[in-house]
Amino acid sequence: MTTLLRVCTAGSVDDGKSTLIGRLLFDAKALMSDQLTQVEEASRRRGFARTELALVTDGLRAEREQGITIDVAWRYFSVPGRRFILADTPGHVQYTRNMVTGASTAEAALLLVDARQGLTEQSRRHLYLTTLLGVRHLVVAINKMDQVDFSFERFAEIREIIDAYLRQRTRGAASVVYVPVSALHGDNVVTRSDRTAFYQGPTLLEHLTQLDTVRDQAHAPFRLPVQWIVRPQTDAHHDYRGIAGRIAAGTVRVGDAITVHPSGKSTTVRALETSGGPVQEARRGASVTLHLEHDVDVSRGDVLAAAAAPPRIGQDLVADLAWFSPRPAEAGKRYLLKHTTRTTKATLASIEHVVDVASGAALSKRDVEENDIARVAFKTAAPLVWEPYETDRILGSALLVDETTHETLGGLMLR
Amino acid sequence: MPSFSPSSPAHLRALEDEAIFVFREICAERERPALLFSAGKDSLVLLRLAEKAFRPARFPFPLLHVDTGHNFPEAIAFRDRRVAELGEPLIVASVETSIAQGRVTEETGPRASRNRLQTVTLLDAIAEHGIDAAFGGARRDEERARAKERVISFRDEAGQWDPKNQRPELWDLYNTDVRRGEHLRAFPLSNWTELDVWEYIRHEQLEVPSIYFAHEREVFSRDGMLYATSPFVTRTAREVPFRETVRFRTVGDMSCTGAVRSTARTLDAIIDEVVSATVTERGATRADDKFTEASMEDRKREGYF
Repeated sequence: MTTLLRVCTAGSVDDGKSTLIGRLLFDAKALMSDQLTQVEEASRRRGFARTELALVTDGLRAEREQGITIDVAWRYFSVPGRRFILADTPGHVQYTRNMVTGASTAEAALLLVDARQGLTEQSRRHLYLTTLLGVRHLVVAINKMDQVDFSFERFAEIREIIDAYLRQRTRGAASVVYVPVSALHGDNVVTRSDRTAFYQGPTLLEHLTQLDTVRDQAHAPFRLPVQWIVRPQTDAHHDYRGIAGRIAAGTVRVGDAITVHPSGKSTTVRALETSGGPVQEARRGASVTLHLEHDVDVSRGDVLAAAAAPPRIGQDLVADLAWFSPRPAEAGKRYLLKHTTRTTKATLASIEHVVDVASGAALSKRDVEENDIARVAFKTAAPLVWEPYETDRILGSALLVDETTHETLGGLMLR
Repeated sequence: MPSFSPSSPAHLRALEDEAIFVFREICAERERPALLFSAGKDSLVLLRLAEKAFRPARFPFPLLHVDTGHNFPEAIAFRDRRVAELGEPLIVASVETSIAQGRVTEETGPRASRNRLQTVTLLDAIAEHGIDAAFGGARRDEERARAKERVISFRDEAGQWDPKNQRPELWDLYNTDVRRGEHLRAFPLSNWTELDVWEYIRHEQLEVPSIYFAHEREVFSRDGMLYATSPFVTRTAREVPFRETVRFRTVGDMSCTGAVRSTARTLDAIIDEVVSATVTERGATRADDKFTEASMEDRKREGYF
């Protein structure tokens, strides 16, 4: 069986992130000859002595000109049994929003640390963001090991610093591993290195191949934000009324008792269809159509939930806000709020504090500027059917959108 | 419900679930969506996914084909047959008409192509029909500029893409808000690869135009690529046609879509070929991407597919 894993990269500008991705794709034979030719030609034109594998991922003209990553580049490669969706994200502070984009859907983060530099301000920032965004697996690649003579002491020192950092965080990843690598030369990326005798663990790729995926976790109570009502309104399907959406959490079975929120009406599941046709059971991640026993009022924005385990419902909420707009967030201001399949209005009630992203500590400043993370309180016009972000990434997240320009201003993680 | 084959492999099911989610989100939030349909393999996969998202009801959108007038006749015949089977409306926007109306000027010379002209035709059709979201079959694995694009991609009033200033796209929360005159491109197949598309076609037993399979035809060689001879391409004296067994990995305009030598006459053989391919599908077959390092980025900025 082939499974799908979403991975994002993180790391400072010069830690060799793009080189690592280039190496991973090259060694995993996911780079085609025309792509390689493009990169070889570009390297030559720029006067580089070696083929610069980093040029593989920098897809925009401005990125190649400046030699930096501005926006997420999505890459695809596979090994027997696993397909990878890789979000290569920018390291620069000014493009934090794009890193957050890549990390928000990732199940694993590949954090690159330069063995010479250790944990820089930027890598602390990325470490913070991956834990904030609830990325479950953290894979730390301690890179440029060739530059420190493959020193075990240096490897162990950096490992200890990161472990200590993670111990301070209240929210950690489900798993953390450290791999000593040289992206430039390929040590422990895809093939095992004979220069890191102290390290007996798997290569980066082997490790990424073994991690579990979100689809493996279907134990939580059932949650389904309603997306769409399928109503053919034809003679052949006179009574057909399908409730369509994607399962956010848990498992649903025919005969299950469910409640429609926020109305609180209860019914049971009469039939269930997935993309493969009628089924008895469907799990998290599946796009489904449900048929209910009773003709209860259900529309887009409602949440169907296991009757025995109701979700939270509220209008006064607390969240961590990742702010993307050049104009500061303002307490008292009204925004559009998108949460699951519901859009409502929300007022930012108060800004409790801005976070020092490098240390995770609360700062005294209260102005939320571009790329800041802040703890905020807000009030919504309509009730939200929600769960804390830690337990449910879908019911626990929301966007703030500008009412007039429609820009995406920030992301909220409900606490 | 049409009878869909039972459970597909886990990775295809995950991609399918995501694509269906995208279809339903856009149709719930936008007033006038349309699906860009070319009869190519990716848009045929889109149609199947739309069936899964909305059947037994009608699609909440029409299909839109930008016809360059230089398409493979096999693809046009296939398009009409598939549309008739589906029973959904098709809008055909014609580059010929754009030329006749003076909206664009036909290129001349042996390398003339209508590929770039179709951007104007597409944007005119989007404006004329008030389309505020267009589904497309583009995939991020196709090309480096596409690798940068959001699943839901914003276009300004001039239809332009601004790759340096894309909306952040967090979780599965799509900001689908646009003002009048602006529109979205929605790419349900963003995370699919060429191999996924073929595996899905095999799994779903989808029919595709015959030119995807190996066949003998008259071709000529140009810049290391093979092109079908056609009334739409002027050959130079040195470009002598010959017969060859080929297939097409992409279905675009005859003037810029190259063929590959192949003996793959079945879906299994095509999948074996894709698995062992050493060149990307666009690299192998699309002259339009070859001009500069940023050809696709430039065309996308202008509003290309």
